[in-house]
Amino acid sequence: MDGVSFEVRPGEIVGLVGPNGAGKTTIINMILGVLEPTAGYVRIAGIDLARSRSQALAHTNFAAAHVPLPGNLTVEQNLRVFGLIYGVTGLSARIETLLADYDLQRHRQTKCGVLSSGEQTRVSLAKAMLNRPRLLLLDEPTASIDPASARDIRARIVAFAAGDQGGVLWTSHNMYEVAEVCHRVLFLAHGKILLEGEPDSLIRTHGAATLEDLFVSVAHETLAPDGGPK
Amino acid sequence: MMRASRVAAVVVRQFYLLRGSPVRLLPMVAWVAIDIVLWGFITRYLNTVTGPGFNFVPALLGAVLLWDFLSRVMQGVTTAFFEDVWSRNFLNLFATPLTISEYLSGLVITGVTTSLFGLAAMLILATTAFGLSFLAYGVALVPFVLVLFLSGIALGILGAAIVLRFGPASEWLIWPIPAVLSPFVGVFYPLSILPGWMQAIAHLLAPSYVFEGMRSIVAGKGAPMTELAFGAGLAVAYVVLACLVFARVYRYAIRTGLIARYSAESVS
Repeated sequence: MDGVSFEVRPGEIVGLVGPNGAGKTTIINMILGVLEPTAGYVRIAGIDLARSRSQALAHTNFAAAHVPLPGNLTVEQNLRVFGLIYGVTGLSARIETLLADYDLQRHRQTKCGVLSSGEQTRVSLAKAMLNRPRLLLLDEPTASIDPASARDIRARIVAFAAGDQGGVLWTSHNMYEVAEVCHRVLFLAHGKILLEGEPDSLIRTHGAATLEDLFVSVAHETLAPDGGPK
Repeated sequence: MMRASRVAAVVVRQFYLLRGSPVRLLPMVAWVAIDIVLWGFITRYLNTVTGPGFNFVPALLGAVLLWDFLSRVMQGVTTAFFEDVWSRNFLNLFATPLTISEYLSGLVITGVTTSLFGLAAMLILATTAFGLSFLAYGVALVPFVLVLFLSGIALGILGAAIVLRFGPASEWLIWPIPAVLSPFVGVFYPLSILPGWMQAIAHLLAPSYVFEGMRSIVAGKGAPMTELAFGAGLAVAYVVLACLVFARVYRYAIRTGLIARYSAESVS
């Protein structure tokens, strides 16, 4: 990472996009406190992560396609364990709500390891919503979900941002999805933010037909042999 | 500040895994029971071929039981940690408000609880089948168990730190630790049998004082409480040291990103 600086405001959904290896997951790992930046700081709900790690992380949560929950616990057991970790009050009722919201009631006694990848993603999202985080981090949350379920998931996350006023940082390779749900987009390459703005504004400003076209042109430019971060 | 609900989360997760999992429950009692049966018959045989006046049951079978107890405490802590290694749960756990002290407390409570099952099985078997009476050790049994508890906890936390630092494959370095230590702590023989350099190491190991104390009681000399107190002090120091080592390794894993790339075993 080099000079990366941004904020996610309450109720805002920010898309973090870029080619593979651009540093999207690295940024998310830094915000989650599992990778220490060599310089700079991370603040969650105004709390400095380096100084008050536990307090800061209590205001966040995440779901990542590449980080499944333990497969040897059932859906309900996983939600209970992580609900205890996040100190969720009224945990049993919260679990029931999330099981209903994410269509997981019939899987509550099923071990996560035997669920389909799409079902596992829904469990991860339910876990991520347990503590109504002030900052929700989503690393390709719809990567393994069918289009109908993905649309449903997107609607729930948009509702979460609007209703609970949580900020959302969302990485995705699906530019149509990013254009649909994100209020702001950060284009990342080689560990730097190259472009930042509202999806429609970025498309207009750079004369692209779609966000995907803009992504491809930026990616080609930065990944070309003589192309470096501008 | 430690929060009880977060410590409980670590314990509850282990409880869920143990409940209804015979492959996790059986080893808690099976291996120690086999050890007691094997050494029970060995001591019974030794009592028949040696002269009267020395009872091998409290000297040898008691030693096996106490040593197995330490091993079970250690393995209880490390196995609870390995569950998170095996299920690749580090990112889920360490990207939460859970602190290291809460996590280690949860592992220790789990390890101590599971080891008590093994201890109960050993005691029942050794007492009913081979006539071992722990009443023979008197009040010294309290510091015996305390020192072994603390030593097992310290070894368990140290083992977890080693695996966190060097990756899942280093698990195989952890299982034999009790076997490596046993010649030094004089489980079956007095420390005076050992060469000088081994005795020097033995005096730095808290369990040595338990087994020397046990032999002192069996020989009718009473419990060396001063030495046992020193052993208890050493064991407390081990626990503090092991926690510091784990915290240091954890900070290294965060600083370098090892936790986020744990399956790669190193970040280089």
